[in-house]
This record gives sequence, structure tokens and C-alpha cells, in this order.
Amino acid sequence: MDASRAIFATLIALLFFFAPCVLSISSAHGEGYTITGRVRIEGLGKGFGIPGKTLNAKVMLNGGQQVSFLRADGYFSFYNVSAGTHLIEVSAMGYFFSPVRVDVSGRNRGKVQAALTENRKGLSELILEPLREEQYYDIREPFSIMSLVKSPMGLMMGFMVIVMFVMPKLMENMDPEEIRRAQEEMRSQGVPSLANLIPGAGRS
Amino acid sequence: MEIRVPLLLLLLPLLLISWFAPNPTVALYEDQVGLMDWHHKYIGKVKHAVFHTQKAGRKRVVVSTEENVVASLDLRRGDIFWRHVLGKNDVIDEIDIAMGKYVISLSSEGSVLRAWNLPDGQMVWESFLQGSTPSKSFFSAPLNIKVDKDNVVLVFGKGCIHAVSCIDGEVLWKNDLSSESSDIQHVFQPLGSDLIYAVGFITSSKLVIYQINAKNGDLLKQNTVDFPGGFSGDLSLVSTDTLIALDSTQSKFVKISLVNGETSLLSTDIANLIDGFSGMASILPSKLTGMLAIKINSYIVFLRVSDKGRLEVVDKINYPAAVSDSLSFLEGQHAIGLVQHSESKIHLTVKLDSDWNSDIISESIELGHQRGTAEKVFINNYIRTDRSHGFRALIVMEDHSLLLLQQGEIVWSREDGLASIMDTTTSELPVEKAGVSVAKVEHNIFEWLKGHILKLKGTLMLANSDDIVAIQEMRLKSSEKNKMTRDHNGFRKLLIVLTKAGKVHALHTGDGRVVWSLLLPSFRMSSACHRPTALSIYQWQVPHHHAMDENPSVLVVGRCGFSLDSPGILSFVDSYTGKELYSSSLTHSIAQVIPLAFTDSTEQRLHLLIDGDGLAHLYPRTDEAVKIFQPELPNTYWYSIDGEKGIIRGYGLQYSCLPGISDEYCFGAKELWSIVFPSESEKVIATTTRKLNEMALSVIEGVVVSAIHASHCCLARSNCPYKEELEVIHTQAKVLADQDVMYKYISKNLLFVATVAPKAAGEIGSANPDESWLVAYLIDSITGRVLHRVTHPACQGPVHAVFSENWVVYHYFNLRAHRYEMSVIEIYDQSRADNKDVLKLMIGKHNLTSPVSAYSRPEVIVKSQSYFFTHSVKAIAVSLTAKGITSKQLLIGTIGDQVLALDKRYVDPRRSINPTPAEKEEGIIPLTDSLPIIPQSYVTHSLQVEGLRGILSVPAKLESTSLVFAYGVDLFFTRIAPSRTYDSLTEDFSYALLLITIVALVASIFVTWVLSEKKELREKWRTKRFERNAHRSFPLNYSLKSVQKVVSHHSVQLQSLASMCKAKTWLVLLFLLVLEYLALDIPRKQLILCNLLDPEYLFIILRPHAPMFPQESPLRSSDSYSAPHYDATVIINLATVSHMTFMIVSLAA
Repeated sequence: MDASRAIFATLIALLFFFAPCVLSISSAHGEGYTITGRVRIEGLGKGFGIPGKTLNAKVMLNGGQQVSFLRADGYFSFYNVSAGTHLIEVSAMGYFFSPVRVDVSGRNRGKVQAALTENRKGLSELILEPLREEQYYDIREPFSIMSLVKSPMGLMMGFMVIVMFVMPKLMENMDPEEIRRAQEEMRSQGVPSLANLIPGAGRS
Repeated sequence: MEIRVPLLLLLLPLLLISWFAPNPTVALYEDQVGLMDWHHKYIGKVKHAVFHTQKAGRKRVVVSTEENVVASLDLRRGDIFWRHVLGKNDVIDEIDIAMGKYVISLSSEGSVLRAWNLPDGQMVWESFLQGSTPSKSFFSAPLNIKVDKDNVVLVFGKGCIHAVSCIDGEVLWKNDLSSESSDIQHVFQPLGSDLIYAVGFITSSKLVIYQINAKNGDLLKQNTVDFPGGFSGDLSLVSTDTLIALDSTQSKFVKISLVNGETSLLSTDIANLIDGFSGMASILPSKLTGMLAIKINSYIVFLRVSDKGRLEVVDKINYPAAVSDSLSFLEGQHAIGLVQHSESKIHLTVKLDSDWNSDIISESIELGHQRGTAEKVFINNYIRTDRSHGFRALIVMEDHSLLLLQQGEIVWSREDGLASIMDTTTSELPVEKAGVSVAKVEHNIFEWLKGHILKLKGTLMLANSDDIVAIQEMRLKSSEKNKMTRDHNGFRKLLIVLTKAGKVHALHTGDGRVVWSLLLPSFRMSSACHRPTALSIYQWQVPHHHAMDENPSVLVVGRCGFSLDSPGILSFVDSYTGKELYSSSLTHSIAQVIPLAFTDSTEQRLHLLIDGDGLAHLYPRTDEAVKIFQPELPNTYWYSIDGEKGIIRGYGLQYSCLPGISDEYCFGAKELWSIVFPSESEKVIATTTRKLNEMALSVIEGVVVSAIHASHCCLARSNCPYKEELEVIHTQAKVLADQDVMYKYISKNLLFVATVAPKAAGEIGSANPDESWLVAYLIDSITGRVLHRVTHPACQGPVHAVFSENWVVYHYFNLRAHRYEMSVIEIYDQSRADNKDVLKLMIGKHNLTSPVSAYSRPEVIVKSQSYFFTHSVKAIAVSLTAKGITSKQLLIGTIGDQVLALDKRYVDPRRSINPTPAEKEEGIIPLTDSLPIIPQSYVTHSLQVEGLRGILSVPAKLESTSLVFAYGVDLFFTRIAPSRTYDSLTEDFSYALLLITIVALVASIFVTWVLSEKKELREKWRTKRFERNAHRSFPLNYSLKSVQKVVSHHSVQLQSLASMCKAKTWLVLLFLLVLEYLALDIPRKQLILCNLLDPEYLFIILRPHAPMFPQESPLRSSDSYSAPHYDATVIINLATVSHMTFMIVSLAA
């Protein structure tokens, strides 16, 4: 049972891996093809936000060979792209986009296949969505007792408190004979008292 | 004791976690922005400007620049409303405003037309215009503002005319005029006409005029006119029926008239119009209506076509001047702006074309010499409050700065030359001396405390929005970081940058302000040097020991013209004052500049300049320099890389220059070795050395790139020559987790070279994986020995590499995985591997002190590993610190124009999937296939350094900290601490919290002391009360007596007091008693403590001041009295003071 499930899972994975994702978004023009896609960021505006305006978003082909900007509806285009395998990257502040591998087929009049390179996920349409949001700043923890307790100073205090309250309890549970022995031991050493530290207060 | 141990054990891990939490990122809080970083936005040298001032509301000017930026600027302040940096190949041809709401930009040689929304810069539409032949490209936007179907942009580009709808960018029609290889100069549509004229040349002697139907683009008529004299190529559109061209000798005007579709030519000698004309004329590109401006020698001549169709001279002005396009204002009138120069002033005049002799506006503005001449001027009119016409002028200066002039004043100016930095270096600030003004630090203790309490509130998240604003302001205002003197931490420095315009700016690292700027006189256009280009900047003189009083200076290197053979120019600039000390025009060319490891007695660094013929010239040209250099000459080597041919050559120096030339500062070179890469399989695309800057060969086309190396390189920590420029390495040994030692192979003569298959030398997408590979070499540049070679199959460039210590990290593209990769190569010295024997070390039989020679054959082992990296990379650098102890971070400039700080630990070849505990302890991170991108580790946080080109890292004096300067179109500066600021407190350290903690601790000490004393006494009392009945007699006579005496003496007073104050006021009583007691000054007695077990009883404890028994007392030996610790306690029943009872109790410890 388990084995068959595993095989099934592998098959599905393989299917995803090799399934040709057909995108009919390129059109042939003379020597090159046009790649058109769309950047979609959830939660920005309604549905398709206006990323170009708010984020200074750019779409780059092949590491900056061509730079394209987003229209209000999130569409972008690259013109005059040769057949072959290309790389599209999206730069939008606050979002992490995976680069996209784009295969422009020379034989099929510029049919485009796309896959995210970060997780090897195929795309059925060239709609690019951020993998995650990026937070560039550390967020200040709101003031809480826990944060104070967790700080080194808090830990030291905690230790002191434990010693103050737990130690006497432990002492109580100790064998009286042992206490006496310990006391004798201490007496023989002489107990340092705080009072002795204060000048003028009883030098014995 | 046994109980404490587990507790401690329990606590220790907690403590450890809190101290050494594995937090690799050194992130910023949002309110810390601007605290130690600054970001300046620029746009570059303006090419076109269009004003938008018609409507009420925000007035703006839209500009396009040479850095491919389209930007909208606030006309009042010069701030950027929005801007877009286009791709590096997407050069802007022209911009205009259409329909009053769209900015139209034409770029990429007339093939991309974009419309941007004027208020917010959002792209509205984009059109790709097809064309075949490269040609001039321009467009004309419709003038009417109303939105109707006639809003058509006529675009000419790549030999085709396109009519594009303004509303959605749809191409309405297209007409290809490139069939006859015509070179179209102008396309225009006379007002109210349905015809579009396109005028150009076919070959140099034929003029062609096309008439095109404006509705559908049909070619209606084509006129070709022969002109036997030939045309120079200049053609100026004076009016819709008259054009003026120059003949091929540039001494005759050719007037072209287009009347009723007929074309007629008329040529006129310029000499007939202008007296004393000789030489050649050229037409200025300014678009003037009914007029023409030509440049003759050192004059600009304005000509007008008269009503009779004849040319007449209107005016003649001196050349360094700028002429604006004509601006139509009022009906049928056109205004032209001129900017002329005299001394340090510029004169702006605005004239009407109909009445040239009277100026509408004539203003003079003092500008100083540092901006050079005006290169472009754009004018715009406005209605003054008194209904008269005023003009404002936007002027682009020689140093690429931008000024707005209005009413005889500079309203604002922008230093946009800083958008095109060629090279950077740093300089220390002057040392703080007495008398040097020191900014006030804090005003008074109250404000200081207030500030810190505010900060504390911020830390505890208790601050409201007003407080946060106040905190931010306070932090930014802190004058400390902007002082003009050196600081202890070395954070304050001058960044000296050289811009493309040949201007040197010194920027303060505190806030990025320009401390001084200098338009180098020797880098300005002159008769001797027509096209001076600035190349690079070096530290020339860095005084520290002998010449403390002298100011440091920098060397600026340039050449006359773009070719390699053009003679060089050197300029020496004082780093503090920004004055040019002296300059020299060289007779030889400069192929490369090599700073040497030696300085002369004035701390001037010796430089070798290699010319195009491979000869080395020594600078400074002094006898002393030669004397210093001569003995080192046999040990000086250099190499050159010929990227085109794929040859690296190593050279040694000879004492003599070329035979027959007696120049003692010139040395010949002899070729020692060469490495030839097979041109059919490898092409050099990148080289890197351990020097700071990376050199990409693709930029410098096939040119010699190299560096020098004095050989006999030093031991790891001994005095490596030229340590200012080279990074400092703390230790050569790397101790592994298993107590093994590896020795880094540290040689500054290592050269990293990357080659790719010639087919894969292009961009990504041009090669398939099977025919591409990338080969990385590590070459010793003294001997030419290849130390390591590794092939990455199916990989291609671009390669960005950084070399530091004993490792190189390079970034390239893997075609099979279709992802970017980063590889690391670390080199270890195997010949020292047997130095681990302690015994050998002890008896001195180790070879640690034996000199390491670059000549000896090194035994090295190499470790390497590759990782995926998500982004494309624009630049890569490594953080440098003063002593090299702090761990390193890679500074990666990503395609999104951000700078990512990546810990070197992530690119460690020793990472494995399951590191052993020992390796984990060493800090080895488990292996992952890709490098992590942690958003908090972007040093640019939420900012972008648009058009990022380079990253410079400079060590601060503080070991933990490194200064980072990233430049492109924008400038960004920050401080980073790769291992956190372990040697200083952070900015947000809360002193107030510390103070409060200390106070609280002290208070608690006292409280607990009092409590413990009380408790101690109580304990004693309790125990003693039990023993009271059984207490033995002991000699207490002395103390007893005295107490009795005291109390009896005061009994009366006590009585009365007590009855007066009632029982509750025992405290007063006690106080009095104490006072009385002390006042009695009873020898060797002291009252210590009064304790109240029961509110009705007052206890007074009297303690002997000194041991009661003499040391030799026999009693001392007795066990029961060993500790002479006797107290006497007076117990007073306060309720019944009249029946005062004395209870004398002895207390033993």
C-alpha cells in the first residue's frame, strides 16, 4: 500500500516536472518574439494591484539585457526576444520573486514555457507572483515582561530570586545534623556579614 | 553546595543562548534608518527637459538623462517626484508631454515608445516599433490637449515612420522609408495640413523629400533633388517650407524651399554673409523657429530667413554659450534663451525672434568656477502677478549639474554629476586640534537626560508618534557624525569621487554632503586636448609619520581622447582643500597605473605608469623616487591581459628605457612569461586580484588590465607592502575543530581569471548548455604558474568575482539548472602542513620564519564548492576591517539594485550535509544547495541604489566595523558590523536604562542590607532568648556598668519624654536616645542598632568597639569565649516607661 502510494506520488511529481506548460503569449515579429506576462501581487489594491507605482517594480530579462516596466494592470512585455531559454527576474521592493526560466520555442512560432527556478514549479500562464514578502527591518518587540525576563539582566534576577526563595526551602529539607555540621563548618571559617563590610560597624 | 550546581547548570545554557544566539544578520530597526546611512538620489546629466506648468497645481519639469533616466522634478525645489531608470541598452532618444497628462519617451534607437502617467509615473502603455535599419530617431507629440482621435504621435525610428495613438499606444499606420537607404533628418507636418513631410539625404549628394498622407500613411509623392556640391549632413528646419543645410565643405548654406510641393535649392557662400569667415561652420541642434544658429570658430551666429527668402545675420555671440529651443508664447511670437559667460558669471538673456535687439530678460548670476560652462538651456515662461511675462531657465552645466534660474536667482541646483562616478577613493579628515571648532555635543544635563529617557521610551515601545518623531530628529541631528575632524572610530572620512565630467567631489561620510568639489582645469576641453576623459583616482600622498603637517592628496589620471594611444593627463588635488596642486600633460599614453609599495620622504607614493608601448614611467619624477625604486626594480613585475587575443603576459623591468632615449624615469619591460588561451575554446571575460577592484574585461574592450607585484611576498603578518590598499589579514593559520591547523596560502600575486566558450560569451539565452563552459584559473602573476584550474560545464558569464585572503568567490550562470551559481575556491599552503609538531616548534626546527618567496614552487591544496544563488549580480565586494579579525561578509549588488550582505560562512567549501558536532562548534553551517537570502541582511534595507555599478568597502578604525559605499545613479553609504559591534556600544544603547538599573541595584543593596541586619538580629535574639535562662555568667562588668550609668543618668528625661509623646512615638525617643548616647562619647562604645520586636519594647544594642579582652587573655583559648563578640541590649518597655526595666542580655555570635 505504502509502496504504491509512493510510486503514485513520484509519478505526479514527474508529471509536474515534465508536463509542458503551454503558454500562448508570444507572437512572432520578424526576427524575434514577444514575451508578455503579468505580475500579480495579492493584497495590493484590488486583485491586480498597481505594483509599478507603489513598488518601483521592474522586470528584467537575462540579467538586465532588457528592462521592462509594469503597466497599471501588471502586464509587461519583452520584445524582439530570440528563440531559446531565457531568464526573467522581477524586482519589487518588499517582495521576493523567484526568477523564471522561459523557453521560447523557435519551431512552434514562439511558444513559451515557463517554470520558476527556485522551486522548479511549472507555470501554466506567465503570471508571476511573489514567493514571499520581504521584511527589511527587524521588528521591535513590544515591551513585555517576558522580554525583560529573557534578557541577561532578567535571567540574573531570576536566578537571584530562585536562590532567595528556593534555597531556604532546600535548607529546611536538609538533615538537621547536616545543617549543624555545615554551620560548624561555617563558624570555623567565620561568617562574613554585610555589617562587617560597612566601615565603623563592628570590627570584630 | 550540591544544590547550587544543578541550578547553575540549568541557568548556564539559558545564559549562553541569550549571549550567543545564532543571529547571523545584523539587521536594522525601522527607526534606525538614516542613523548611520545616507542615500542620495540623482538622475544624471539632463539631455532633454520639458516643462509642465500650464495647469494649476504642482509645477514640474520632466527630464531625460544620459543615465537613461526619465524623471519628473518639482519645479519649486528640484526634488524628484518620480523617476524610472531604463535598462542600460535602452538609451532615451527623446521625451515630450502629450495630451497634458502623459510623458512620452522614445528609446532604444526609436524602437520602444512608452507613455508614463505624468502625476505618478505609472507606465500607461508601451509600444514596440519595428524597423530594420538604424537611423536617427525622434518623434513629435501632438500639441492639442483635448482628448480626441487626432492625438497621434509621429515617431521616426529605424527608418520607419509610425503613427501611434496617444491614448493606448496602438500603431495606427507605419511607413517604411528605409528602402532607398535614405537618412531622414526631419519629419514634420505643417499646421492644418494633411501632409507629412519627411526630409533626408540619400547618399551625400541627394536630397529626398517624401510626402505622406497623415491619415493613413500612404506615400503620396517622392522628390529627389541632386546637389552636386554634396551635403555635410546637417539640416535645420527653419520653417515648415524652408530648410537650411550645409554643403560638404561646410562653407556654403543650401536653402531648400518647399513651395506647393516643389523643391528648389539655393546655395549661398557663408563668407558673403559673415565677414571674415574662414574654416568650417556647423549648425547647432537648437530648434529655432524662422531662425538658424550656426557655430563658426569661436562664435555663434544667428541667421534669419527674411520675408524675401534671403538669409541675413541677426547676431553674433562668443562661443561658450548655450542656446535654447524657441518657445512660443503669445501669438506668433517666439522666445529664445541664451546663456553666455564672463569670468565667474553667467548671463541669461531671453530674446524675441521678432525683435532681436531688445532683451525681454537679461540677468547675471554669480556662479563661481566650479560648474564650468553651460551646455544646455531650456526655457519656460510664466505669468507674473503683474501680468507680465517672466521666464525661468533650466541650465545643464559642464559638470552635469542642473540649475533652475528664475528672477536672477538660482532657485535650486542639483549635483547630478554624482550619478556618473568613474572611480572612488577615501581620505582621512584632519586631526582635531585645539582651536579647531568642535560642534557642541550636548547642551546640558537636563536635555541629555530627556533625550535618553525618550530613547528609553522608544526601546520599551512606550513612545507615541510624537516621541518617535522627536527621537528620529534627535538622532539625525546629532552633530557628532558630521564633524569635519577625524574620530576615534574612524567613521568620519572623506569619500573622494571622480565623475565622468572630470569633476572631483569630496563627500562627507556622515551625511554625504559635498565638502568640496573641483572641476579639474586640466580635464576641461581646450585647444591642446579636445576630448579629455577622466579615468581613475589614486591616493597620492597619505601623510602619517614624517609629514604630518602636510595635507593628503590624490592623483587623478585621465587621457586626451578615447583611444588608448592618446596622451595622458595627471592632476594632483589636495584632499582637504580641494585645490589642484599641479597638473601635467604627459607625452606618453597611459595604459595602466600601478601604485608601488614605496613612498618617498614626503610620503608621496611611487607610481608606475605603463604606456601603450609597454614602457614604465616612474612618478613622482624626482631623484629621490628613482633612488628608492632602483634597488627594488629587479623585484618588480607586472602583467597585462589582452582580452581580445586571450593572452596574459608577465613582465619584468629593465633599467634602461628604449635605446637612444635618455630618460631616467623610464624603464623598459621584458616579457617573462605568457599564457595563451586557445581562442577557439576560451575567451577571457573576467579577472580579479586581491586588490580591491574587480575588472570586467568586457567593459574595457580588449585592453591591457593589470597590476604590479613586488615579489618576495611577505609572511602573513609581516609588513606586506602597500597595506593601505590591500586588505589586512589577521592570521594565516586556520584552526579546525579537530585541533588541526590549515595554513592559508596568502599571496597577493594571485590572479583569478575566468574564461568561457566563445559561443557562450554573449548574454544568457544565446547559447545552449552543450556548447558552453566556464573555466576558472588561479594564476601566480609573478611566475605565470597556473595554481588551479577548474571547469564548470554548461556554465556561462557574466562572471563577477571577489578575491580576499586565500579565497575567491565568483558568480556565474548555470545553463543546465538555469540558475545562477556562486562558487568558492579556498587555497591552502600544503608545504607548511608539517608545522604542527610542537616539539619542532620548540627546538626551532620549524620553517615558519623562513621567507616565502614567490619564486618557489608552492604546494597548495584547493577546496571548493558551489551553491545556487537566486539573483543576477551587478557588483560584488567583500567587507574589509582594520585588522582582519572580524569575520567577512560578501557584499552583493543584486539586479534589484540592493546590496545584500552574505556571511562568508555560507560560502564555505567545508560545509557538509551533516557537520560533526566539532564542526558545528567551529561554525560550519549544514550544507544547502542554495545560498539564503535573508531580507534583513540587505544593507540597503528598503532603499535601492538605482543603476548600481560599484561597491566600495573601507575599514573603519574600529575593528568590528566596515564602511560601505555603493554607487550608481544613486549613492548609498552605511556602516556594517559583520560580527556585530562587539567592541563598542550600539547607537541605541540605553544609558538611561543602565543608570536606572544601577540606581535600583544600589537601592536594593541597601534595602537588603537593612533587612538582613534586622533578620540577623532577630535570629540572634530568638536563639538567645531560648538560652537566656541558661546563660552562663561572664564578665560583662564594663559594658553593664556603662549602660546602667547611661540609663540612670537620663532616666528622668526619658520618662518625661515618653509620657509626653505617648507610647507610639517611640521613634522620636529612640532617636533622642541615640543622640544622647553618642554625645556622651563613651570610650570604646558604640550604639549600633535598635530593633523593635514588639512595638512596646525598645531594644538598644550596645556593642563594644574593640575586643573586650586583651589578646593575651587566657580566656581566648577557651572554646566558649573564643569569639569576643558581646553585645548588651537595653530593652525599654515603652508602655511603661516609668517602670523601666533593664534586661541585659548577652549575645554571642
